[in-house]
Amino acid sequence: MLHTDLRTMIEGVKDGRMDRRAFIQRMIGLGLTAPMATQLLAIGGVAMAQSPSSYKPTKRGGGGPLKLLWWQAPTLLNPHFATGTKDQDGSRLFYEPLASWDADGNLNPILAAEIPSIQNGGLSADAKSVTWKLKPGVKWHDGKPVTADDVVFTCEYASDPATAAVSIGIYRDLTAEKVDDLTVRLVFKNPTPFWASAFVGAYGCIIPKGLFAEYKGGKSREAPNNLKPIGTGPYKFIEFKPGDLIRGEINPDYHMPNRPCFDTIEMKGGGDAVSAARAVIQTGEYDFAWNMQVEDEVLQRLEKGGKGKTIYAVGGDVEFIMLNCSDPNTEIDGERSSIKTKHPLLSDPAVRKALALLVDRDAVKKVIYGRAGRTTANYLNGPEKFVSKNTSWEFNVEKATKLLDEAGWRPSADGIREKDGKKLKLLYQTSINGPRQKTQAIVKQACQKAGIDVELKSVVASVFFSSDVANPDTYSKFYADIEMFQIPMTQPDPAQHMSRYHSRNVATKENKWQGTNFPRWVNQDFDAAVDAAESETDPVKRAALYIKCNDLMWQDTVVIPVMHRLKVAACSNTLRPVISGWANDTDNLQDWYREA
Amino acid sequence: MSQYVLRRLLIAVPSLLGISLVLFTVLALAPGDPFSELATNPNVPPEVGLALRTKFGLDDPIYLRYLRWLVAMAQGDWGFSFVSRMNVDTLILQRLPTTLYVIGSAQLLALLIAIPVGVYAATRPYTIFDQIANTLAFIGFSLPTFFTGILFILIFSITLDWLPFVYSTDIKATGVHWVIEQVRQAIMPVMVLGLFQAASMTRFVRSAMLDVIRLDYVTTARAKGLGQVRVIVKHAMRNAMIPVVTLIALQMPAVFGGAIVTEQIFRIPGIGSLLISSILSNDTPVVMAVTFVFACLVVLFNLIADVLYGWLDPRISLR
Repeated sequence: MLHTDLRTMIEGVKDGRMDRRAFIQRMIGLGLTAPMATQLLAIGGVAMAQSPSSYKPTKRGGGGPLKLLWWQAPTLLNPHFATGTKDQDGSRLFYEPLASWDADGNLNPILAAEIPSIQNGGLSADAKSVTWKLKPGVKWHDGKPVTADDVVFTCEYASDPATAAVSIGIYRDLTAEKVDDLTVRLVFKNPTPFWASAFVGAYGCIIPKGLFAEYKGGKSREAPNNLKPIGTGPYKFIEFKPGDLIRGEINPDYHMPNRPCFDTIEMKGGGDAVSAARAVIQTGEYDFAWNMQVEDEVLQRLEKGGKGKTIYAVGGDVEFIMLNCSDPNTEIDGERSSIKTKHPLLSDPAVRKALALLVDRDAVKKVIYGRAGRTTANYLNGPEKFVSKNTSWEFNVEKATKLLDEAGWRPSADGIREKDGKKLKLLYQTSINGPRQKTQAIVKQACQKAGIDVELKSVVASVFFSSDVANPDTYSKFYADIEMFQIPMTQPDPAQHMSRYHSRNVATKENKWQGTNFPRWVNQDFDAAVDAAESETDPVKRAALYIKCNDLMWQDTVVIPVMHRLKVAACSNTLRPVISGWANDTDNLQDWYREA
Repeated sequence: MSQYVLRRLLIAVPSLLGISLVLFTVLALAPGDPFSELATNPNVPPEVGLALRTKFGLDDPIYLRYLRWLVAMAQGDWGFSFVSRMNVDTLILQRLPTTLYVIGSAQLLALLIAIPVGVYAATRPYTIFDQIANTLAFIGFSLPTFFTGILFILIFSITLDWLPFVYSTDIKATGVHWVIEQVRQAIMPVMVLGLFQAASMTRFVRSAMLDVIRLDYVTTARAKGLGQVRVIVKHAMRNAMIPVVTLIALQMPAVFGGAIVTEQIFRIPGIGSLLISSILSNDTPVVMAVTFVFACLVVLFNLIADVLYGWLDPRISLR
């Protein structure tokens, strides 16, 4: 039903009977993200659109210095060692991938001559290979030409376990083959419907074979160019002080016309988010600051009569509360929250549903996130117009109370509900972070009204998010009843986002709690849908499967989405940056310019 | 004398070993993981973080890691940072000039204020000058640097727009302009740190001076008809300086160690900010190196202080 309709619509776009914009709107209406919709068209045989560029300057250079302020400083400049976003952002100033995601979730060619599609022969029907064509005449900063060998080498470099690259996960399941000097074919081990994770975005940066060939594998750390990048980017490297400063100058041989705009670039690091916002918005010492994790109220105050403003980019990052399906208080074979146990309280669907009714998302948005958040019922969130037709949320204490009453949870003398001698008491953990503690307080208050006793716990972020097997407070061990954090969505495809909750990924002692299914949720239908989606080459069926996954999670209240979070940056009034919720902030740096 | 120094240096070896052992154990037991940021990145499968841990030897038993660190350190190999994959000594040397410049100037400022004010206040105890100096000193060391720092930024950068509040290690200008810029951006951090130090030092100098100035030999010197300045500088001050020297000597390591809070506020890329960011990211080799160097400096400056006592007061003999 659904996919035959879609088939006709895709054919319609192909023949020009239907407007591609209208198609994407329809897809969004069906609960797809815009990037997914464009992917659909691409695999369905319609070339991917590129968002029109709003780049105005008519000559290269002349824009003066560009001063960026990152309140966490980059510590290394090899994109394949880039542990954190800050390092990816820093490396991306000098290195470039084949393509990057633009603000609308479309692929924008950087080093590629064009985006692979069925028409141009770039995509194969079985989704097992992608052929990329490189732009001719691109040169590394040292003057050597960029060839297919560099792409093949980057793949070999990153996929070698001895190199200890953090991007290994993207490259180990594919091989890159050189077709000719400017053509590379990527062959996937398994059908890979979402083919755009390799060589796209921060971990997709190509490194020069000539300079890194000797340092592949065990000697990777010794490469002098780890700290002195020679890339293809719009700016050439001058100086790097880890944890402090990166400096670059214009690349006069850059491969895009009239770009870049700025003569020099500087990325200063360190300090804290509030004073970074001050330096951009209030005093204008800097042009741009990333990741403004500052309360909206403070930002609004700074913006009054300031020299800058905040800007927002919509991606798929979601802040949510996860409900434990296993029992955190029973130990089995030295393991709490074991998959072999059932949660004494949360195994009752009424309790789960009641909790979802008790999260006042409007208040959280109003009091905490402000312009940087959007309320949502979905775990899978897309660009701006994304509204799932199948799901909904509300904040309703009465309804929650009624639900609990009906399920047999009766208030006891102390006001806390109980059933069969089990008190409705929950431990709610999260990382230490101002907004999260405030959210905890808001949820706790509502729960109290409904007769649920919530104990709050906050753990230092470096412990909470660590993979330290010995520590009981990590988010993967989940020795609590409910926990809250954010999962970033770094690419406009739901595969990674959804497969986390497959039952094969349950975090256990056996896999050293490396499994990503922290709620220990097991649902046959969900597993089947994810499995089917992962090998499904028909984009339409695949999309329908992921929508089903999201709805299953919503039905079972595996997680309670609290906020769909937007990326916030501070920006000078004259700067025209291009940022995308699907990419690193510096991913479209070549298109930044200044308006007088 | 040289025998004394030699003996002290030999005693320092086991104590430094002890310090390093304690530091290492504490760091190894502390929770956290240098690759925790990878865990939140959905593009990176969890095995990658585990493989990195194994590769960097983080899964080995603590005693083995300590021994490995000790052997390497003895050979002059400081190891490499887990987060920047860069040699630790290079990282530290890169930060040292800035720290020396900013913290050194602050200490110098503190001394230049504390000694004259303290001495003058002691010669005229309980006068208006003394009262004012005392009050200011009290206020000075009651206000923490994170407060004065932000206050200064609000006044001088945001309201008046006179001084920059982001420290830059890379000033575009050359010649005189470079010097002016360099001084301009250091004014606020130096003031914040210097005034804080000066406040406590002033009180210290004053009380040391008061102890000495009442002694008989000072009265004798006065009775001989020597001028006030000569009596204070030549007779009283030299003896009053012994406790002050101890204080300064113990503060010298801080000049190399940087000031964590102030460096963070003004984004000064010094040793202090290196230390705090390494602690936050659980970068053990860097934390280990910085704290160990700090321990060495404390031991060294204690020794220097002891040697200086002998010079200031020949009655103290070093055996």
